[in-house]
Amino acid sequence: MTSTKVELAHRASANAAALYRGRAWWVDRVAQGVVFLGGLSAIVFILSIFIFVAKEGLGFMVADLNIKEFLTSPEWRPTEDSPTYGILALMAGTASVTGLAMLIAVPFSLGAAIYIGEFATGKTREVLKVLVELLAAIPSVVWGFIGLSIMNPLIMELFDVPVGLNVLNAGVILGLMAAPIMTTIAEDALKAVPDSYREAAEALGATRWQVIFKVVLPSAKKGLVAAILLGVGRGFGETMAVLMATGHAINLPTSPFDSVCAMTATIAAELGETAQGSPHYQVLFAIGISLFLITFVINMAADVFVRGGLRMRSKKA
Amino acid sequence: MAIETKGLSLWYGDFQALFDVDLSVREGQITSMIGPSGCGKSTFLRTINRINERHSYVRTEGGVEVFGEDVMAEDVELVQVRKQIGMVFQRPNALPISIRENVLFGLKLHSTKKMSRAKQDDEVEKALRRVLLWDTVKDRLGDVATSLSLEEQQKLCIARLLPMKPRVLLMDEPCSALDPKATSAVEDLIWELRGEYTILIVTHNMAQARRASDECIFMLMGKVIEHTKTEEMFLTPGHQETADYIEGRYG
Repeated sequence: MTSTKVELAHRASANAAALYRGRAWWVDRVAQGVVFLGGLSAIVFILSIFIFVAKEGLGFMVADLNIKEFLTSPEWRPTEDSPTYGILALMAGTASVTGLAMLIAVPFSLGAAIYIGEFATGKTREVLKVLVELLAAIPSVVWGFIGLSIMNPLIMELFDVPVGLNVLNAGVILGLMAAPIMTTIAEDALKAVPDSYREAAEALGATRWQVIFKVVLPSAKKGLVAAILLGVGRGFGETMAVLMATGHAINLPTSPFDSVCAMTATIAAELGETAQGSPHYQVLFAIGISLFLITFVINMAADVFVRGGLRMRSKKA
Repeated sequence: MAIETKGLSLWYGDFQALFDVDLSVREGQITSMIGPSGCGKSTFLRTINRINERHSYVRTEGGVEVFGEDVMAEDVELVQVRKQIGMVFQRPNALPISIRENVLFGLKLHSTKKMSRAKQDDEVEKALRRVLLWDTVKDRLGDVATSLSLEEQQKLCIARLLPMKPRVLLMDEPCSALDPKATSAVEDLIWELRGEYTILIVTHNMAQARRASDECIFMLMGKVIEHTKTEEMFLTPGHQETADYIEGRYG
């Protein structure tokens, strides 16, 4: 009996290092904690932003603001004696500029992504990828400057209009700004399509275009929608370039040559000149909340579209 | 002869994977290719339908004839080559579309005018019946093909070749991702297709080569060492290397 006990004790002490928590365990624990905090911080920050914006604007929005006027009136006169807070013109400005920007950016960025992802090889591909990423890194104020100093006279001359700071100018600038990041995301989506799909289609006799249109693009649909959404989000959220290139005149646009005023640009231009807590200050936050809601709705719609599309496909016989 | 190669050499960049390969594959039979990993058997297979050319660093020399037609000729259309020569891959690569659309995929690529619904249904049923899959999937033809089991997916991958009426089927280790039961089911199917199609099958599995082929090709280091009837190769191999490989002394 003693001999086995002694032997067991002996073995236990020999294995002690392996059995009990050592340095690796603690490192693992700490690393896990740090990563967890990192993940948590994202949620905390988003929530804080949301709470802050809501605190500044939501009370006013619910209690004092005439929501109907807010949404349907094009009269934005916050500084008059009897102010009107209608953001219809601002929403129209943002929507028209973003819409035009997407008309320009979507075909360009999808085309670029398809070329980089499916056709370009070797050096060409590397150089193009670096260039696209470089384009994405240009600060928006530089784009705004291009809009002011290059596009403005160009549009006046080309189209013979009195002002070159308008929907067209801002839309083109915003399109160029959004295209690089959309290209990068779209190309990632194409790259995520397993090569075995392409090989299968090619072995069945598909040409390159058939492979892309019938296999690659449908498989990457989700990522491509995400890329477009990111562009739309960029359009809605962009401030500086839009402020500089739209002309910043409150206006319901009827042609691309009308100057407009975007929601974001209004906040940026006016927030510094309002007294904190004043109705004007609070209504600007209400515009912020509206931006939040619009982005949220667009994201939801896209999500439903992508999921719904998948379900329909699997049900169709 | 269904497939004939003359002096076929192939390079991946600077690495030569095939050396002067002369092979003839008989019509209507199952010919298996065996050899250790990296001996060039898959490469050879992938040269027949020219799918190797997807990679720009591949260079090929020599001739490949399929039913007397030069596949490598300049004015040959790859689409036509691949219509005649179907290929099944190592991992089942059913496309992420419905089962029905998978079967019709090749057909739709090649037909210029629209097929009637009834004709399509007919083609789908015929192909799926041929691969013994019809009864299991007939009620869920609209399901995404990637939801099937691997065995079913591999059968589907064979089925979608058939509507194009290929004369040659190339199979690159078609059972390597399958469990033993599924392997034997797919093997039975391949045996079942014998005669109607000329089948060239690459395998790592010696027992499979022995069970499921008429002729056998043994390759080593990019060269063909031996090509005889399967029974002959396994009973009386003509080369020491063949004997060693078959007995599992290397691999």
